[in-house]
Amino acid sequence: MKIRTLGAAFVAVLLASANAFAAIKVVTTTEDLESIAREVGGDKISVESLAKGYQDPHFVEAKPSFILKLHSADLLILVGRELEIGWLPPLINQARNDRIQPNGDRYLDASQTAKILEIPNGQITRAMGDVHPSGNPHYWLGPDNGRRIAQLIQKKLSEISPPDAAYFAQRYADFDRRLAEAEKRWQAAMAPYKGVKVVTYHRSWPNFTEAFGLDVIGYVEPKPGIPPSPSHTLELIQEMKRQQVKVIMIEPYFDRKTPDAIARETGAQVIVLAPSVGGEKGVTDYFKLFDYDVNLVVSAIKQTGAK
Amino acid sequence: MAVIGNFIGTTGENTIESAPSLEMHEAEVTFQAVVDPYARADVFLSASPDGLEIEEGFLTLTSLPGGLLAKVGKMKEQFGKANTMHAHTLPWVDVPIVMKNFLGGEEGLNDSGVSVSKLLLNPLFFLEATGEVYEGTSGPFQTHERNDVSWLGRLRGYRDITESTNLDVGFSFTRGHNDAGLDTTTRLFGVDATFRYRPLRRAIYRRFMGRTELMWSRRGQDIGDVSAFGMYASADYQFARRWFAGVRFDHSDRAYDANLVDQGPSFILTYWPSEFSQIRGQYRHTKYAEGVTSNEALFQFLFSIGAHGAHVF
Repeated sequence: MKIRTLGAAFVAVLLASANAFAAIKVVTTTEDLESIAREVGGDKISVESLAKGYQDPHFVEAKPSFILKLHSADLLILVGRELEIGWLPPLINQARNDRIQPNGDRYLDASQTAKILEIPNGQITRAMGDVHPSGNPHYWLGPDNGRRIAQLIQKKLSEISPPDAAYFAQRYADFDRRLAEAEKRWQAAMAPYKGVKVVTYHRSWPNFTEAFGLDVIGYVEPKPGIPPSPSHTLELIQEMKRQQVKVIMIEPYFDRKTPDAIARETGAQVIVLAPSVGGEKGVTDYFKLFDYDVNLVVSAIKQTGAK
Repeated sequence: MAVIGNFIGTTGENTIESAPSLEMHEAEVTFQAVVDPYARADVFLSASPDGLEIEEGFLTLTSLPGGLLAKVGKMKEQFGKANTMHAHTLPWVDVPIVMKNFLGGEEGLNDSGVSVSKLLLNPLFFLEATGEVYEGTSGPFQTHERNDVSWLGRLRGYRDITESTNLDVGFSFTRGHNDAGLDTTTRLFGVDATFRYRPLRRAIYRRFMGRTELMWSRRGQDIGDVSAFGMYASADYQFARRWFAGVRFDHSDRAYDANLVDQGPSFILTYWPSEFSQIRGQYRHTKYAEGVTSNEALFQFLFSIGAHGAHVF
């Protein structure tokens, strides 16, 4: 009996280790990509994100512990559009992993097929603030882009492990179906509030506001990446009073002081949305991200009677 | 391609080390690109009142087998921390006294050579071993014949304590011929420790870094070996999105005579208008071995244009 139990345990360990051996090791830069990769990859992959969802993804530190993660990665998935330009390149350089080098076959820029907004026309200068020359990198906040990212990941994983292609295709189809259902739910919740005017802290939300028909009339930051200034704040308060804007959407990694002051002056409500999976408690996957944000926006609009 | 300008002003009296009152200290031009699927290149040209020079120019081989990373060219030697940093990434206007007394000043150990490093994989922490060989002409080193190359070894350990705090510790050793005689050598041993705190949720508003570097120099001279010790300890705290306050204490023997000691504190205040510019003031009080005491105020304007560079950790 004892021997049989031991034998079973041995087989179980063997199977588990064989499974661990087979799993494709995926490293993503953000928790959104981690969540989508998990949807598609299932138990054929192990996946880990470098940045946390409650962290400003522009300002992550290039810690040596990240080098170790990249060193053993089979696939690197990044947001791209220069979001990680301040920290990812030195990590890749030191990773001693030739497959994940830019243009390597295991370097996947998730923005390739996404719908990118705010691609600047004409010449951009730093006088405009930290404008990303290849468009707004916060594109995962449009649910349709989640679908496009998932499809890209499905293709890449199938390339890496052709025998599992059918598995990844089936997981993608399932994700696509659940996402379509969820989108209907989110759209229904937001439908009565099309055209409601809001203010956001940073330009993190164009894909979100476009998807759900909100109208962003201004930003707490005078220019992208530039902290609030008294004169800009005054102008914003005037403009919000004139247009009767009642909702200020901010990210958890920004200081609330200025948005709170603006809210006191204008009678608006400040809501701290989750800009990413992991951004707030309970936001543990890509679906819960929109559940959380849509819910907060809807209740803020209801409470303030914003139009 | 990017250009970084570094303008430095100095007021107060200093009869030991002279510095211009106002100086466009350096304009650093950076070219960084991938060469081919196997390598990347980094070239930093430094234009200063002394002329144009290659501050660094090296090739990095990124796809070597066995977890190796190799660099070939002219580069800052991996001795400790401050020696590896460009002037515009230091948390001070100047460099610590121990760098001037042991490593040859602001330039430090920066020479033509080959560097090979390897990750020593283990489940506990990040561990990296580096071995380097250089021509042997920088800082305290001087060659008399071709064989007089300098050698360097470094072991660096790093571990996250929590998601917001981490510890970075290194041991460095280097040996090369010096200018005291044909057959005399200088050996340097260094220990560095850095503690960092940066809460992820408030990463753009708060951070703290405490660092110390201890160095021992053994310099062969005709009278025998001179053993000298030098160190600095510094702390930097970001107290608002755009503001940093710092303090540094310096203490260092002179490498050629350990009875001569220079020491003193510095206080630093830094303001960041944006990610791409920086204004800094530093008050420096130095007691020199000659018995002279100097009180100086240094100020610095830094600005960067062109490609968005990555931040060194």
